[in-house]
Amino acid sequence: MNKTIFPIAVISVCILIVWYVFSIILNSSWAFDKAERNKVQLTFIELVDDTWSQKKPKLPAPHQVGQEMWKTIFYKKVTSKRSLVYHGWITLSATLSGFLLGTILGICLALAIVHDKATDLSVMPWIITSQTIPILALAPMIIVVLSSIGFTGLMPKAVISMYLSFFPIVVGMVKGLRSPDLLEIDQMKTWSASRLQILLKLRFPKSIPYLFTSLKLGMAASLVGAIVGELPSGAIAGLGARMLSGSYYGQTIQIWSALFTAAILAASLVGLIGAIQTLVSKRMMVSQ
Amino acid sequence: MNDPKIIMAQDVNLVFETGDGPVVALKDVSLDIKKGEFVSFIGPSGCGKTTLLRAIAALEKPNSGALTVNGMSPEEARQQRAYGYVFQAAGLYPWRSIAKNVRLPLEVMGFEKSEMAVRVKKVLDLVDLSGFENKYPWQLSGGMQQRVSIARALCFDANILLMDEPFGALDEIVRDYLNEQLLKLWHSTNKTICFVTHSIPEAVYLSTKIVVMSPRPGRIIDIIESDLPNERPLEIRDTKKFINIAQRVREGLKAGHSYE
Amino acid sequence: MSLFFILSLGVWIFAWILNIAIAKSKFLKIKKAIPPLLFGGSLLLIWEASIGAFDISPVILPPPSLVFIKLINSTSILWGDFVQTFVKGALTGYIFGCSAAFAVAILVDRFKFLERGLLPVGNFMAALPIIGTAPILVRWFGFGWESKSAVVTVMVFFPMLINTIQGLQMSDRIHRDLMQTYNATPAQTLIKLRLATAMPFIFNGLKICSTLALIGAIVAEFFGSPIKGIGFRISTEVGRFALDMVWAEITIAAIAGSLFYGGIVLVEKVVTFWHPSQRGRAY
Repeated sequence: MNKTIFPIAVISVCILIVWYVFSIILNSSWAFDKAERNKVQLTFIELVDDTWSQKKPKLPAPHQVGQEMWKTIFYKKVTSKRSLVYHGWITLSATLSGFLLGTILGICLALAIVHDKATDLSVMPWIITSQTIPILALAPMIIVVLSSIGFTGLMPKAVISMYLSFFPIVVGMVKGLRSPDLLEIDQMKTWSASRLQILLKLRFPKSIPYLFTSLKLGMAASLVGAIVGELPSGAIAGLGARMLSGSYYGQTIQIWSALFTAAILAASLVGLIGAIQTLVSKRMMVSQ
Repeated sequence: MNDPKIIMAQDVNLVFETGDGPVVALKDVSLDIKKGEFVSFIGPSGCGKTTLLRAIAALEKPNSGALTVNGMSPEEARQQRAYGYVFQAAGLYPWRSIAKNVRLPLEVMGFEKSEMAVRVKKVLDLVDLSGFENKYPWQLSGGMQQRVSIARALCFDANILLMDEPFGALDEIVRDYLNEQLLKLWHSTNKTICFVTHSIPEAVYLSTKIVVMSPRPGRIIDIIESDLPNERPLEIRDTKKFINIAQRVREGLKAGHSYE
Repeated sequence: MSLFFILSLGVWIFAWILNIAIAKSKFLKIKKAIPPLLFGGSLLLIWEASIGAFDISPVILPPPSLVFIKLINSTSILWGDFVQTFVKGALTGYIFGCSAAFAVAILVDRFKFLERGLLPVGNFMAALPIIGTAPILVRWFGFGWESKSAVVTVMVFFPMLINTIQGLQMSDRIHRDLMQTYNATPAQTLIKLRLATAMPFIFNGLKICSTLALIGAIVAEFFGSPIKGIGFRISTEVGRFALDMVWAEITIAAIAGSLFYGGIVLVEKVVTFWHPSQRGRAY
């Protein structure tokens, strides 16, 4: 354990140090301008102090981001429009609903592809191609089209999240369901196992590692989808909206705190899936 | 060198630290190998034969005892290009043609380009694979790949050949053929060969000296000087002398609890 | 229900039956491209027919024919957007980010301590919504293509880094021992052995990053852009409800993405010709 924790800790501390140094560098021009206007000379300590506490810094210092996050998570009412919990929940609900739908649909399509050759030949090439095209570019259009027929709020974002998580799940599950080798399938056939039995007793258990890997990818993609889905609708609610409005009004600290909250959200969600994966793998006595 | 002992081991000990505690791979191993000998190391898994070979190759370091190769330490011998190593798997690079594969050590060691071409041709002739220079490893059978691996070990004039179960992954018919070829090679090149194997007939067929080892801890049980004639057709395996030597090997393995 | 719609439904069903027949036939090997094309083509036909049949306003969902017409009529705008987003934004960021990641990976490989610290951090960063750095980078680098290039660089850096590091760890023990018996220096071992075994992983990273690059460039433009670019065009035309132009832009983006990816696959075939997956061994 110590072998990995120590280097990670050292690297993280280095990153923090580099960050602090860069915020001095990037914010210094503004600090110097202000000092010139007040006809004052800045000592180094004053420069550092200034660059680490500006209201609209080019690069907020880590503690500024931390303070803003602390304030807007713990010290604002959860229903207030300034609370990161509120915005986080908006984004999270879209992410989770889209992810759930995408996973269910994805698994269904994967089952169809693996069991029906016509589906495999016709649809699978399009699924694979879809991985090379920037589907996220469809997001604004989906939002606008759905809102014009009356669907606003959670639903359009969930739709975007759904199709973003759908593709990695299909690809991963197809790979996983096809992972048993010829020997194992032949063994099943010597026992006259039906296709359903082969699916439940062999293909499905063997696809679990692939499933979890694509669940992690799908979850990350869902979150990005939900965030991007918040951009076109005039940016009212959600972490993406918060980032956008922060960039409109020059509130850099707001942008960074929303970004970090999104990052923590992403890490926790993916980590949760990873934890479930470890549990399931242990129970199945499978090496991860 | 004027020292006829090409490889000398004196009370060599080697302990591996594993997650389950220390494992004594080699205990008080003492052995002399003279120039031109063909020495087989035989024993079950865990008896230390591969570890001993790797120690000679300076791929492992003994904890105590003396080990010299060509009169110097194994590391120095390696720097002097004293030996060629043949692994259990051919270990050919799939992105290099056969000729380029054989050239690999020459490139690393900094030979001249013109010399490289000459040497590659010579060793491929030696193993009967001339004409395969531009093929790729996956186009060759397992036996042929191992012959390339042997050619590769011969191309830089090392006087020692270290071979770790090189024919273990091949079927018996190919194995017999390669055994014959290896003996022919040994006669024509006069190298000193250390050969690790699991197979009693193979060990007896090939060697002038057989070192029987046993596990837990890894140690030498018996050293048998073979008095079989130098010219050995495959039929020699049915003669009384052969069977007697094989029996002695088997007894050594039993004494070392290798069959438990 | 319009006749056209019923006809196109019929075409779709017929195409599906044809695909089932092809799936069962023995001439499969040669005609593998037919089923997806039949499927896609018949779907397009249904799309076209549905607009008329269900009285869908072409403003909300333009039929493929309208999109095609718009595409042909706006080639200069589309080309300008393509150059802005793909060439200036995505491609530059891709080259810069992937090269930087490669260089860092080689460095990290040399110093095991860095690797143990950076690999988990890198994995962590690769899972984050890096697209969120877009507004920040637009702030720093302005509205031009430079900020989009910066977003792409950050987006492709971590996936490329972890793929390269994993690739460099891939060589077999036997191969490395062999190099050791030749007394090869670490640099020789790197160049002659480990880079080659890392290639499949490196190309895996390059392929993943090609998609990320295009997405990054387009979405970054949603956060601010001069008056050109695929993302810019999509967000403004969506606001104007000129969805045929939006679909035309998406088509261009899709073609660009597939060609970019396909190009990398071609190079991969040449460089990693020796790898089992390229030699057509059935898995």
